Amino acid sequence: MRKLILGLTAAASAVLAGCGQPPNRSTGVYMLIDTSGTYTKEIQEAQAIINVILATLEPSDAFAVARVDTASFSEKDIVAKMQFDDRPSVANQQKRQFKEDIDSFVGGVAPSSHTDITGGVLQASEFLMEKGSGRKVIFIFSDLQEDLPEGYVRDLPLDLRGVTVVALNVTKLRTDNIDPRLYQGRIEDWRTRVEAGGGTFRVINDLDGLALPF
Amino acid sequence: MPDFLTGNMAGTALVIAGGMTALYLARAPMRGVLTDTSSALGSGLRFASRSLLSLRKRLVDRNREVLLSAGREAAARMVEREYERFSDKVHRDLGDYPALHQSLAERAGQLDEDYAKSASQPPEPPGWAEAVEAVAQVPGTSEGVRSQVLESIHSSFKKAGEEAGRAYREDSRQRHKHLHDMAPHWRESVKLLGQVKTRMESLQARAASVDEQMTRFESIHQDTDEAAIKLQSSALVQFFTAGLVLLIAAGGAVVNFHLIARPMSEMVGGNTYIGTFKTADIAALVIILVELSMGLFLMECLRITSLFPVVASLADKTRQRLAIVSFALLLSLASVEAGLAYMRELLLQDELATAAVLRGEASQGAAFLWITTAAQMGMGFILPFALTFVAIPLETFIHSMRAVLGWSASGVLMVTAFTFRVAARLFEEAGKVAVQLYDVAIFAPLWIEGRVKALRGDDLEVVGARRVLKDAESRLKGPAAEAA
Repeated sequence: MRKLILGLTAAASAVLAGCGQPPNRSTGVYMLIDTSGTYTKEIQEAQAIINVILATLEPSDAFAVARVDTASFSEKDIVAKMQFDDRPSVANQQKRQFKEDIDSFVGGVAPSSHTDITGGVLQASEFLMEKGSGRKVIFIFSDLQEDLPEGYVRDLPLDLRGVTVVALNVTKLRTDNIDPRLYQGRIEDWRTRVEAGGGTFRVINDLDGLALPF
Repeated sequence: MPDFLTGNMAGTALVIAGGMTALYLARAPMRGVLTDTSSALGSGLRFASRSLLSLRKRLVDRNREVLLSAGREAAARMVEREYERFSDKVHRDLGDYPALHQSLAERAGQLDEDYAKSASQPPEPPGWAEAVEAVAQVPGTSEGVRSQVLESIHSSFKKAGEEAGRAYREDSRQRHKHLHDMAPHWRESVKLLGQVKTRMESLQARAASVDEQMTRFESIHQDTDEAAIKLQSSALVQFFTAGLVLLIAAGGAVVNFHLIARPMSEMVGGNTYIGTFKTADIAALVIILVELSMGLFLMECLRITSLFPVVASLADKTRQRLAIVSFALLLSLASVEAGLAYMRELLLQDELATAAVLRGEASQGAAFLWITTAAQMGMGFILPFALTFVAIPLETFIHSMRAVLGWSASGVLMVTAFTFRVAARLFEEAGKVAVQLYDVAIFAPLWIEGRVKALRGDDLEVVGARRVLKDAESRLKGPAAEAA
């Protein structure tokens, strides 16, 4: 019977296919979690956001979560990644598995000495471009304060065409309280870099009733 | 334009005077252009209006022909059907009439026989009185002998009387018995006659219905206006009634769609699109449309509807096979829908459980989940069959739509023709107004022209009250001049 239904659907598809190549409507989400210093305490918030994202994603979407540590431009920093099946029942099972992976990561996360956000964004961009999703979103759960180890080169242009970068829970540092321009400058610096790379940049600090951009 | 012309009053006046002069010189051709243009536009629009009215008339006539033709066909079908019903009724009610007649005849025979048996047998007249009289008149007989003979006769008479009484009582008892036996025959006869009466009344009612249909058919066949008006009204009512039923059916189809669209994503993928539509939605829609098609074919094969002449012209055997195939496919699709409805509930529960896990809550199973599951499965199975009956209002809708579209087109044509006619009149009047306005614009040269003509004594065209006075003067002078 499935063959019959597929055959009938294919016939209808053949008629509608004349309208041109359908747009890719899948969503690719890459979430970077800052694990440096005191920001590790915020990881419970990140876990809640991951669950919200998981609940929102649909079959055929892709989702990856990676930590931001000393050198983030590496597949090793990807905590969990999943291309959900196009069948809803299988996708639900995958979401549960994904949650278990995140839970185990949250339970054993260790603070990193440095913060390589740019490396994480580069890795995220590469992942999303490979997946070829129609909508690409990078969540950065960080205070956006980059702290690179000596010798690491991250002053390079970002390729973020068609990517929406959302900075989540950008907390104020002690120095920001003394001079708020530091905080604003940090955000504007990232906005400039993202938009120069062809992407769009947003900041969401109110995590209650989080409105996801997809 | 040079500044010396527009820079001061004299220049402006010069420009106006020049313009007026130019317009005055061009007056005659301009009047012609304005009049001819408005007249041409008006004539064109009048011609278009007349053409549209002519087209409308042909359309109305054609609509009437089509309506009457459809009405004749429907009425003939109804008459045929009424005759079939009448024939069935006659066969059913009067088919056993010979047996009924035989039964009634038997009852009547029995009654006749019993009645004959119940006839009274009068006792034979006694002959003893003459014997006693004869004995008494015998001469030369002693009193003793006579008395003895008479005694003997008396005892014999008494004995015979007792025997006759007994026989009469026995006879009466037999007669009563026969009369008693007649009662059930009477009752049975009355019952049979009651049945005959009921059947005859039913046949009379059916015959009246046949007469009514026949009268209607004759009225339509004679193409009377009354029949056409009735058919128009009927078509309009049918159009809206069938439309309403189709709307309800569309609601059922939407419910059906939502029952199977979600689980269909398990088969064709949950996030694939064809154009701007989800593949799962299109697949669900295709299933419903195929069900509707099967329903249409089934109704056609059962000769309930007649949308496809090809199906109607098929051989009976082929048509029956096609009906069986259509029903089998419909049954299969209904079963698939029931399965999909069940899967829908499972998917829903799975999604709820996943959402609960993601929220960090324990998933809770509902106690009466089986009720909604069973209801969804039942709806998934029944709705395809229910949608089968859409074929009937669909056929009515299509047939009546022909007439309704014809009336609508006729109305549009009439309104357009009226608009054209009004526009023609407006253009003609606008032409006259434009000519008048043109003269107003060049009033100064016209006034000068009038004065010049008056000074020259030319035939000045008189207008208004002056013309009335001049006419009256010529009329008064007319008879006097003739007399002189």
